Amino acid sequence: MQNLRHYVVMAILVAIVAVLTYLGLDALELLPVAAAAQAGPIDWLFDLQVKLIAFFFALIIVPMVYSLVVFRRRKGETGDGEHIEGNTSLEVTWTFIPLVIVVILGYIGADNLAQIRRVDPQAEQIKVVGFQWGWRFEYPQGFVSNTLYLPVDKQVVLKMESSDVLHSFWVPEFRVKHDLVPGRVEDYRITPTLVGDYKVRCAEICGTSHAYMLADVKVVPQAEYDAWVSEQAVIAAAEAEAALANPDAGRGEKLYNEAGCKACHSLDGSQGVGPTWKGLWGSQVLLADGSSVLADEGYIIESIREPSAKVHQGFSPNAMPSFAYLKDGQIADLIEFIKTVK
Amino acid sequence: MTPTSTGNFTRALTFFAIGTVVGLALGILLHSLTSGGFDAATYFTDIPSWMLGFLLGTLGFFYGLLGYFGVVRGLVFQVIGTLAGIFLVSAIRAAMGLPFFDGRNFGFHEGAWVFGALVGAVAFLAGVGALTDWWKWALGEETHDHHEDIPGWRKYFGVSLDHKVIGIQYTITSLLLLSVGGLFALIFRTELAQSGLDIISLNFYNTLMSLHGIVMIVSILVGIAGVINYLVPLLIGASDMAFPRLNAFSFWVAVPAAVILLASLGLGGFDTGWTGYAPLATRAPIGIQMFYLGVWVAGWSSILGALNLVATVLRMRAKGMTAFRMPILVWASLATSIISLTATQLIGLSFQMSMFERLFGMPFFNVAKGGNPILFQHLFWFYSHPAVYVFVLPGLGVISELLPVFARKPLFGYKWVALSSIGIALVGFLVWAHHMFTSGMNEYLRVPFMYSTLLVAVPTGVKFFSWVATLWKGKIETPTPMLFVLGGIVVFLLGGLTGPPNATVSTDLHLHDTYFIVGHFHDTMFGGYIFPFFAAIYYWFPKATGKRLNETLGKWHFWLMTPSFIILTLYMMRVGLLGMRRRIADYDPMLGFDFSHLIMTIAAFGIALSVLVMFYNMYKTLKSGELATGNIWNSRSPEWQVPSPMPAHNYEKPFEVVGEPYDYGLPGSTYVKM
Repeated sequence: MQNLRHYVVMAILVAIVAVLTYLGLDALELLPVAAAAQAGPIDWLFDLQVKLIAFFFALIIVPMVYSLVVFRRRKGETGDGEHIEGNTSLEVTWTFIPLVIVVILGYIGADNLAQIRRVDPQAEQIKVVGFQWGWRFEYPQGFVSNTLYLPVDKQVVLKMESSDVLHSFWVPEFRVKHDLVPGRVEDYRITPTLVGDYKVRCAEICGTSHAYMLADVKVVPQAEYDAWVSEQAVIAAAEAEAALANPDAGRGEKLYNEAGCKACHSLDGSQGVGPTWKGLWGSQVLLADGSSVLADEGYIIESIREPSAKVHQGFSPNAMPSFAYLKDGQIADLIEFIKTVK
Repeated sequence: MTPTSTGNFTRALTFFAIGTVVGLALGILLHSLTSGGFDAATYFTDIPSWMLGFLLGTLGFFYGLLGYFGVVRGLVFQVIGTLAGIFLVSAIRAAMGLPFFDGRNFGFHEGAWVFGALVGAVAFLAGVGALTDWWKWALGEETHDHHEDIPGWRKYFGVSLDHKVIGIQYTITSLLLLSVGGLFALIFRTELAQSGLDIISLNFYNTLMSLHGIVMIVSILVGIAGVINYLVPLLIGASDMAFPRLNAFSFWVAVPAAVILLASLGLGGFDTGWTGYAPLATRAPIGIQMFYLGVWVAGWSSILGALNLVATVLRMRAKGMTAFRMPILVWASLATSIISLTATQLIGLSFQMSMFERLFGMPFFNVAKGGNPILFQHLFWFYSHPAVYVFVLPGLGVISELLPVFARKPLFGYKWVALSSIGIALVGFLVWAHHMFTSGMNEYLRVPFMYSTLLVAVPTGVKFFSWVATLWKGKIETPTPMLFVLGGIVVFLLGGLTGPPNATVSTDLHLHDTYFIVGHFHDTMFGGYIFPFFAAIYYWFPKATGKRLNETLGKWHFWLMTPSFIILTLYMMRVGLLGMRRRIADYDPMLGFDFSHLIMTIAAFGIALSVLVMFYNMYKTLKSGELATGNIWNSRSPEWQVPSPMPAHNYEKPFEVVGEPYDYGLPGSTYVKM
């Protein structure tokens, strides 16, 4: 009879604690705003997990605290507790029921994964390149951007590449995260659903400035997206044409800031991961093998396209990724810019 | 402590100061000679020089304490061995006409440093005397079967074959490494207290963060080895471990490994995290080689220690101790050792391959030359996931071992709890790729690994339910060890419950590599290791020393650490869910995490303070603590049936097991007949 009373009180307490825990966690708003279709199923599953957490938390904590209070050794009390060795049917129960829950959860999890991986064959492709320490987005219309513009309510597939080490593409509002692996193209499908400004941040440790490896992500209405794309395409075409005929230090400086040169090469003479550009043009560069070379157009073009061909003394080979994707005109702009850094 | 040891201690501190100053000065001198010019401002913040100062200071400390003995000889040999290795490789490079010295890049060539460090580790073992008996056997000389240890505290600083001495050596080493790893955490936690980069550089942050991880892991491995070594032979009634010399070797090899690991700080550190993923690792400073080599050498300690334990448990149990009459801690130790014995090789291999990629240009993980960076992750996690069960199983064993004593009731469902450890160990081998759900490995692998990972919840759940049922209808006492057991259960529950969201693939895509994971695994490590480890220290300290740790200070320790820790990890998980990535030196103030991080930093200092309280408690108790020579916890376990401190050769006569280990509340029953 006394046992029954214990069980009833505990069952009520478990129910109360479980509900309160869940309501408390729910009120905290655990996740950032959801801005992609893929976030829907993920948040739903996460909520289910939070319910399970609240229930099992109560199921363990309540009897534990209850025992600590009710069955504590009182002052002056001697002797041992009740001699209960175990109960096989209880053990079978609390092995079997969690096993069933786990199998169901696994099934739900697999189904959930399938939902977020739905492929839209019409999805537009955008190439994403992660590098130490920045992001570059290459649009099929033939231009490169440092901000990822995405049209709302339309699936895009990001073709992700890394030019150096592992990186990971993560916009918390999109939920899904995926690594960039050197030498591979990894697909990342996302369907933004909420217009707004977000940030992609690298989630895989990638060296010194990992903390600062981020880029803006703008989800915009389709019309705005189309306008932006055509404008960028026109600008890029004009720049490419102008650069070849007439290299320009201003465009070179912009490229220096946006393509990732800035991360390693300073303009003020301080040595970073790579040698400074200050006074580089026309100087004699000491190489790792002891020889030296004149910093002229040929040397700089080679160093951009094949960075490890001639290694600057004091710097390690393979530190710099290849920037072979840069067009001739862009490199000409960069050289114009380097000439001005004295 | 005796008056002479106090004198020694003063001398040790003096020598520590002298050693540090000399080392620092020498470092600065060498540095200015090799790179040309002296700039006081930069040299006094020069980490390599400080590391040299720290090394010589430590050497001075032990020399002051001990004279030229044991660990001092080992360290001197290690320094000489390292230099010899470095000079040999440099001489060969010079003879071949290759560059062998670069003042700007830590002086010697990378290969010279690696070879030197390896030679240094072997030299340490020779110097400390861990190889002496084997060397004599090789020469055909006789050695004593039983080594009598020198009386007093000096035996802890030299080679001893007594499992109890080795257990304490392990435990002290573990606490030292815990302090070092904790100090690293405090430094970068202070950096994170507000957004912006305030006190340390990006690279130093990355190095400290990486070293915090690996130093703590080694500390845990050494700590569980301490618990297992001290207790298992006592619990099963053996006079020692099966292979005492191998046991001493296993301990002593961990010491040069720790030195090598910390030396990475002086060689540019490494910015990869403790995972050391390629290809970032192949571009890291030379420090990463010391990280690889340190782990590689420490791996020997794990593998050989585990081998020894398995042999001991299988062959040396007291009469009547059938498998299902073994104490639960013995089951847990066996389960953990099976993992250590069979999986550690894989992390050794992955690190060795990465080492060889750098040293010899073998492109195992370089895509451009036909390698594969994902391969590294598979090899690495094949050990490093089961390793977390290596860390927690002994701790869960301690919880199961102590609960019946303080609940005064049998362990509920003994066989289920015993087999759940084996279950966790076996399933643990099949889950490694859940660390790689976002990595770009084959897509179809993700679902089976999700199922296997979720499956771990089942045997873990059996433990929780059985613990709760053990408390039910007990007569529960709550002295300090029991508090840590209960705290361990609550914290491990938090860690356990936050596991399944990482196991289901789609939710993990959000959680992976965030502070949610950081909070989750700190909960599992504290609940599964730190809390039970501290419980074990409070519980068995009287067995080892004959003195009982102060209860009041113990309660201060517990009530300071537990809330601090829970607050720390709950905040970690909270910011992680909202977008805080792992392993970042700085965070965007726009995210609004500043306040949360300030709380976390304060909580971290709370934990550090509580551990200092424990150290003070140990010091005070050793000096003037309450004597406790009897069965103070009223335990049925054999080690408490003999007076404390434990006699040198354990039990005078072998005991016989005549009952169940945890039959509390069954009048007239005993576990062992002495």
